[in-house]
Amino acid sequence: MMWNAVSKSVVGAWSLLALMAGPLAGPLDADTEAGTDTDPGHILVQSTTSTENSGLFEAILPQFTAQTGIEVRVVAVGTGQAIKNARNCDGDVLFVHDRASEERFVADGAGLSRADVMYNDFVIVGPAADPAGIAGLGDVAEALSTIAATGQAFVSRGDQSGTHKAERRLWVTAGVDPDPASGTWYRESGSGMGATLNIAAGMDAYTLSDRATWVAFQNKASLAILVEGDDRLFNQYGVILVSPEACPSVRAEAGQAFVDWLTGPAGQAAIAGYRRDGRQLFFPNAGRGTN
Amino acid sequence: MQDFTAAVGLAVRLLATADPDLVEIVSLSLQVSLTALIIAALVGLPLGACLAIGRFRGRSVAIVVVNALMGLPPVVVGLIVYLCLSRAGPFGVLGLLYTPAAMIIAQTVLVLPIIAALSRQILEDLNRDYDEQLRSFGVGWRGSVATLLWDARASLATVLLAGFGRAIAEVGAVIIVGGNIDHVTRVMTTAIALETSKGNLALALALGLVLLLIALAVNALAAALRQSMPEAARA
Amino acid sequence: MPDIARPMTASAITGPGDGSADIHPFGEGRSGAAPSPADAILPLGVRGLCYRAGGRPLVGPVDLDLHHGVKTAILGPNGAGKSVLLRLMHGLLTPTAGTIRWNGRIADAGILRRQAMVFQTPVLLRRSVAENIAYVLRLRGWPRAQRATRVGEMLALGRLGDFARVPARVLSGGEKQRLALVRALAARPEVLFLDEPTASLDPASTAAIEAIVERAAAAGTKIVLVTHDIAQARRLADEVVFLDRGRLVERSAAFRFFARPASPEAAAFLAGDLLY
Repeated sequence: MMWNAVSKSVVGAWSLLALMAGPLAGPLDADTEAGTDTDPGHILVQSTTSTENSGLFEAILPQFTAQTGIEVRVVAVGTGQAIKNARNCDGDVLFVHDRASEERFVADGAGLSRADVMYNDFVIVGPAADPAGIAGLGDVAEALSTIAATGQAFVSRGDQSGTHKAERRLWVTAGVDPDPASGTWYRESGSGMGATLNIAAGMDAYTLSDRATWVAFQNKASLAILVEGDDRLFNQYGVILVSPEACPSVRAEAGQAFVDWLTGPAGQAAIAGYRRDGRQLFFPNAGRGTN
Repeated sequence: MQDFTAAVGLAVRLLATADPDLVEIVSLSLQVSLTALIIAALVGLPLGACLAIGRFRGRSVAIVVVNALMGLPPVVVGLIVYLCLSRAGPFGVLGLLYTPAAMIIAQTVLVLPIIAALSRQILEDLNRDYDEQLRSFGVGWRGSVATLLWDARASLATVLLAGFGRAIAEVGAVIIVGGNIDHVTRVMTTAIALETSKGNLALALALGLVLLLIALAVNALAAALRQSMPEAARA
Repeated sequence: MPDIARPMTASAITGPGDGSADIHPFGEGRSGAAPSPADAILPLGVRGLCYRAGGRPLVGPVDLDLHHGVKTAILGPNGAGKSVLLRLMHGLLTPTAGTIRWNGRIADAGILRRQAMVFQTPVLLRRSVAENIAYVLRLRGWPRAQRATRVGEMLALGRLGDFARVPARVLSGGEKQRLALVRALAARPEVLFLDEPTASLDPASTAAIEAIVERAAAAGTKIVLVTHDIAQARRLADEVVFLDRGRLVERSAAFRFFARPASPEAAAFLAGDLLY
């Protein structure tokens, strides 16, 4: 009787395994096949949290897939990590927003060439009560130095993301070195944009956000946009095909098709057409001022 | 908190309508975590048994190591598995990164020490009773392992539940090696992390409630199986 | 009642004759005994057997021959090394010096399979009563159909028939030891080692255990019983091996040992005196 029970449970375990192996085999097989360039299958895009969290990809990627049959898989991390992953050949296309790092990526031979895709802007958000008194300032440098001078809490991404690097450049512009204040009024979250906004909302702090994530963000609490419109808050997104020479595993053909689509009329129109609460979040600008 | 009320309503609605995205995410979560659990059990239980009754050099060191590995942070496991599976890593050619297989590997690594360490303790205690009698019976090494595993199966079922709980609940490892890719590697926990970062706390919480329900269902199922076991097995 | 405990061996087949021939001439002058068949495991020959643990000698050196058909009691005060000697002979402990030969052969897995041991505290598997017995039969390669019959016989022998499907752990102390004993006898061992099997049992349970041991012996199983219970040795044993401080002090037929112990140690033990 005991061995019956054993054999039953063994059979059960293996049929369970088989049951699971079934659905899993799909993606696994697809992946090994896709290693060859003949089958477009899918491509892997290393991108930023802002493009994912704002809902842009959800809106435009199905259009690309419908037109080309290529499935796009997005890994959404900070720009710094996305670039690192792409350098490890763990991606076919890089779609991020830190021009300096992007150009270095291409210069190092890790990527083929960089193209502008779209832009939006950064905004400084903070408690609507605005204890630092920066609301309406047109000069972002002045706004930041005021926050520093009044010692009001500011949450930094602190994660080498595109937004973090933009924020660090703005502090230089403002002539303030926030590092000595780290842990006092300058708080480094080390997290994505959404998590950082959650922290800012929780502690009534100021922070720098890209507009797309901010608009799509649903836990604004008492936060509001306080400073916007300064030219220095410009936020450019660029796309790069990971170099097939540096990374033989890159699905170059399908990846290039995605780059071409994004920077071509269809993709640009799709980006321009994406609205959230009736507002356009990204502004296509491919072919203008690229290298 | 209005988020809680909203979350409960949302969870009920997601479940009632069998939301296709939710179904997909839940079934992937179960597939990944149960597969990881089965693999970890197939390796971890015999490993635990070896550590429990084996008499070899380095055994006590191995036990300390396995016990310590129970505390492995998921992110660290995720990072290590990522470095192994990355195209730039030793197993890059397999192309497993950002697939469910990678998530299974990571969760297996996470769960294995729990199963090995806890079963080692249980089997060692049982073996303290059994050892002399089994040797008197003339039971060999393999036979002892089989007997111990079988006679401790009720306690070992709890060990497996602990392992499953760790697998299904962790986010740090799967988000790194899976990439949280929509429709490919998005599971309950990474979906919760994503919705949290979108500030969609109610939906995140609703998903959390669904996850809790799944955990309850799995444990209830295990309890039912245990009830149906012959009484002699529960000791 | 079926043939309950008869060992399945050549010596068992010719058993009764050999046994009766063996029963009386105890002691040292055993060279006259009939030679054992080649495939028998008895006699058991122990030569220069020593066991040390933690730098302390626990047993030995001991020379001892144990023969088929005789119920042997190993008697002695606490700490005399009785249980250690039993474990050495059964192969649960490895001697630090000396040899153990089973009909001239060194013990191997095949020889171990023809012995069984019952411990002072019964170690029962976490299974049903019937499964505990079936386990041993399965281990010895009994075919399924014969297993079922044999389990039934053993349950009857142990008066455990009502508990067949009950978890072994819920049995009373006496029932547990009866189960351990009939489980040991299930596969018809040729030698049964018993280590103080009734030390923690009440008189009725003790009597039940002794009755089963007697039946096994009558069916041809060699009994080697460690006990510090003089009355039990008197009831059960044909011969007595008396140990004191790890040494074999005296060995004689039971009637002679109890009537007129040869050694002062044994005399003191029987008189209930403190030796030191």
